[in-house]
Amino acid sequence: MAEEKKSAVLETLVGKFGDDIVSTHSDFGDDTALVRRERIVEICTFLRDDPALRFDFAMDLTGVDYLGEEPRFEVVYHLYSLEKKHRVRIKTRVPEEDPVIDSVIPVWAGMDWYEREAYDMYGIVFRNHPNLKRILMYESFVGHPLRKDYPKARRQPTIGPDE
Amino acid sequence: MTEVVTYKREAGKLDMQAEPMLLNIGPSHPATHATLRLIAELDGETILKLTPEFGYLHRCFEKESESHTWTQVVTYTDRLNYVSPLMNNVGYAMAVEKLCGIDVTERCKYIRVLISEFSRIIDHMVCIGTNMVDLGALTNFWYFWKPREEVYMHLIEPLTGTRLTTGYTRIGGMAWDLPDGWEEKARGVIEHVILPAIADVNALLTKNRIFIERTMGVGPITPKDAIALGFTGPCLRAAGVPLDLRKDETYLVYDRFDFDVPVGEEGDTCDRYMVRMEEMRQSVRIILQALDQLPGGPVNVDDPRFNLPPKQEVYGSIEGLMNHFKHIMDGVQVPAGEVYSATEAANGELGYYIVSKGGGGPYKIKVRPPCFPLFQGMPRLCEGGMIADLIAVLGSVNIIAGELDR
Repeated sequence: MAEEKKSAVLETLVGKFGDDIVSTHSDFGDDTALVRRERIVEICTFLRDDPALRFDFAMDLTGVDYLGEEPRFEVVYHLYSLEKKHRVRIKTRVPEEDPVIDSVIPVWAGMDWYEREAYDMYGIVFRNHPNLKRILMYESFVGHPLRKDYPKARRQPTIGPDE
Repeated sequence: MTEVVTYKREAGKLDMQAEPMLLNIGPSHPATHATLRLIAELDGETILKLTPEFGYLHRCFEKESESHTWTQVVTYTDRLNYVSPLMNNVGYAMAVEKLCGIDVTERCKYIRVLISEFSRIIDHMVCIGTNMVDLGALTNFWYFWKPREEVYMHLIEPLTGTRLTTGYTRIGGMAWDLPDGWEEKARGVIEHVILPAIADVNALLTKNRIFIERTMGVGPITPKDAIALGFTGPCLRAAGVPLDLRKDETYLVYDRFDFDVPVGEEGDTCDRYMVRMEEMRQSVRIILQALDQLPGGPVNVDDPRFNLPPKQEVYGSIEGLMNHFKHIMDGVQVPAGEVYSATEAANGELGYYIVSKGGGGPYKIKVRPPCFPLFQGMPRLCEGGMIADLIAVLGSVNIIAGELDR
């Protein structure tokens, strides 16, 4: 992608974390930064607390399965600032053999269920999550349904009230 | 002679060393209004711990959308918030249009505002009405159900042909234009049905001592907690945070209307009721202004890449027929990329995160349902309160299982 002028949010982020920000873009007007997963909690804490950024709302968290790419999974955070009225998308890649990333619940308490959903749907493990278990599917469900290699038509036994 | 022993309750301690009682509510219970489950640990009637559970209505929206065309997904979005399906249609269409770089026509923008605001009104009516049923005030329910039916009968059914499964938006516009006389009917419904109903319920409830004592201070939340938990919409505004995307990230033509954003103070059940009542009046203001300003012209962008060709071309020329066939079989071609698009739905921020790898269908769609963080916040609202208040709170946060479970 051609080197364009970065938005103020991305500029601040790159200025602070340098090489830990792998790449940035502002396609379709959405500021996006791909970051290293090791520093996700630090980066999120900075985004929340920096007086020029103030991302106090974590609006969404989800996984994406880029089957065939390496690393395979992406964890995507959508943040919003009530005070500054701006948004940013933070993305980070996790590999299939070690799909682990630190939980951001200490930064935004509301991320609890979103992380459980990403775990349920993609099998991404959030380290230090207090209650990482399935949320939409039932406990005895096998596999992670939103992975691209999970066949849409696969049936699993329906469960009774005891399971 | 027997000795009378009196027990005094201390906060956080169990009476008489009893075990806490587990009470299961749902997933099929009249007061949950949907397939939700709440597991309450009780000390007497006090809730010590509340565990919400859901997923009983999971319909694989996101998985299904990955194997359908962009236009086919519109029909799936109806089933998210099934109390105001038109708003989901609008939010989805706007997200895909952001990816395509489409600026829809003026008339289309106004129609989207109109249907969104009517949806907001009926959504709030359902919320308040059912909340009041749970509290034993059945009359309000009927007062609000009638206008809802009138909106369906006179406005939504003539417009979309159905009540719930509307599927009314298209990428780059709407399925069709407003039917003849729709504007007059809309004014009639507002004047003769919606406004009198709001006045009736207002007279019955707002200064009603039983209602106030039943809801004031019940299930409160501080602005700080509400933000940390990701609350949006009426529940956040009831806590005093004036976040409304129609004002703060104005979209469609909301910047052309004069309207206010009501906020509460305590974030309790009473404030949530008050905010919703006022929002309905503000929606009426927006609708009346939009009807005054409603421009003529086409409802779809003039672009054969996104529009189905006119029927006479389909039946009269080979190019038209081929074009139609490609549209239906391959779908609208959307460029590669990723977008997040948020609109202010009746319950709060309805976000669509869409990843496209180019072609006729999405690679991934994630919906950010406004109910999701609200239901997550239920323990914060209810723990330490009474079990009977749980029912009042649950109704007032308006959990819609359709969008919660997807």
